[in-house]
Amino acid sequence: MAKYLLLKHYRGIPDPLPGTDSPMSEWTEQEVADHIAFMNTVADDLRERGEFVDAQALSPEGTFVRYDGEGRPPVTDGPFAETKDLIAGWMVIDVDSVERAHEAAAYLSSAPGKGGRPIHEWIEVRPFLTEVPTVTE
Amino acid sequence: MDDLLKVVGPQALGVLVRRGVDFAAAEDAVQEALLEAVRRWPDGEPDDPVGWLVTVAWRKHLDVVRAESARRRRELRDHVEPAPGPAQQQDDTLLLLFLCCHPALTPSSAVALTLRAVGGLTTRQIASAYLVPEATMAQRISRAKRTVAAEGVSGPGDLGRVLRVLYLIFNEGYGGDVDLAAEAIRLTRQLSAATSDPEAAGLLALTLLHHARRGSRFTPAGALVPLAEQDRALWDTDLIAEGVAVLQRALARDRLGEFQCQAAIAALHADAPTAGETDWPQVLDWYDELTTFTDSPVVALNRVVALAQVDGPRVGLRALEAVPDDVPRRTAVAAYLHARAGDLRTAGRLYAEAARQAASVAERDHLTRQAARLHGA
Repeated sequence: MAKYLLLKHYRGIPDPLPGTDSPMSEWTEQEVADHIAFMNTVADDLRERGEFVDAQALSPEGTFVRYDGEGRPPVTDGPFAETKDLIAGWMVIDVDSVERAHEAAAYLSSAPGKGGRPIHEWIEVRPFLTEVPTVTE
Repeated sequence: MDDLLKVVGPQALGVLVRRGVDFAAAEDAVQEALLEAVRRWPDGEPDDPVGWLVTVAWRKHLDVVRAESARRRRELRDHVEPAPGPAQQQDDTLLLLFLCCHPALTPSSAVALTLRAVGGLTTRQIASAYLVPEATMAQRISRAKRTVAAEGVSGPGDLGRVLRVLYLIFNEGYGGDVDLAAEAIRLTRQLSAATSDPEAAGLLALTLLHHARRGSRFTPAGALVPLAEQDRALWDTDLIAEGVAVLQRALARDRLGEFQCQAAIAALHADAPTAGETDWPQVLDWYDELTTFTDSPVVALNRVVALAQVDGPRVGLRALEAVPDDVPRRTAVAAYLHARAGDLRTAGRLYAEAARQAASVAERDHLTRQAARLHGA
């Protein structure tokens, strides 16, 4: 009964496991299809377990926007993201424990890639800030 | 004659619909009446064909309605009335609670099933209380039902588990239109009435006492107000009186448990006219009792707070060293004790660190304000 955000990153993640960093553009059509089918299976399984809250994919293109004073148009910088980190998409789950959240993230990370082998993708797991429990003292 | 029927049929249908008959049922009735017309009118056409059709269709419709309701009554009677046999003398609510808190279920599944089956909430209400999609909650509940059906009832239910599930419901924040704390109290009342267990009464007392102070825990803007700074005029004295009475009856049974100890501590806080008049030595005694039932590090941390109130912040800080580092709010307690001991610089640094570790926005804001206050000091 705690929500966690599972974050997929385009970049900014720790070093990949050796031999698992072949980009999707080098996969066969079937390998890509299998990968996508697996991701949908993960979402379906979480839904079936009653743990799925939300999932969205994000475009790699983003713009930094800033307030620049009264009556002046917002300042934009980009669309090139200057950050070393870039978020590709998210999944929100509602689970019983942080261990279960890690298990679900590892499942998501086990999606097949080139040669049908797991891609061992890093998934960032972030807890939601929630309501305060009533009992504190 | 076919042409005549084509004209009068729709007219009769219009009359029935205007009388309030549902369209599909009206159409059926008029079709029946038209069949009668085909059989009879060759022997002599009525003076008022539309009136004839309406009368016959109306009678057909009434026949259908009567047959339907009679059938429904029969089905309901068969469904609701138990088969003859010896009556079972037991409280079904209790059985249902034990089933919903089955050991094979995860805590969140037990909570969802309890709210649905015993609490009678809709799936939508439960989903909105826990801020998850309705489909997710529906899945959680039907999965829980399947698990319970597959596992069945094995031996007597575990009351301790039921109490923990009800406590979870009470403690859960809520974002929907259902007050989960009130719902937990309602269910705990039922449970307490159905069993003579003093711990069920202990949980009821505990939740009543905490609920009584609810109106003072946050400012209208949503900021957290710590116990010592709460406006005690906002506390619900009726609920406090009831909680204390329930607790005293339970304690008189002389079968102490975790929830009774916690309720006793809550009662001592509720009983103090001002924070300064809190009977900390007694609170500390109850924490010592409580630690004989649980080795929870959270309880150990709370005991440190009571100890510091009795023997001073330095003694508290020494006792804090025995509490594991990863216990939530440990850093906040350390900050508080350093501030009490006069080491404001360390306190400020620890408050800022505690704010980063906070599990809720309200708590984080509160701790950040404390850090900011000491930053200026």
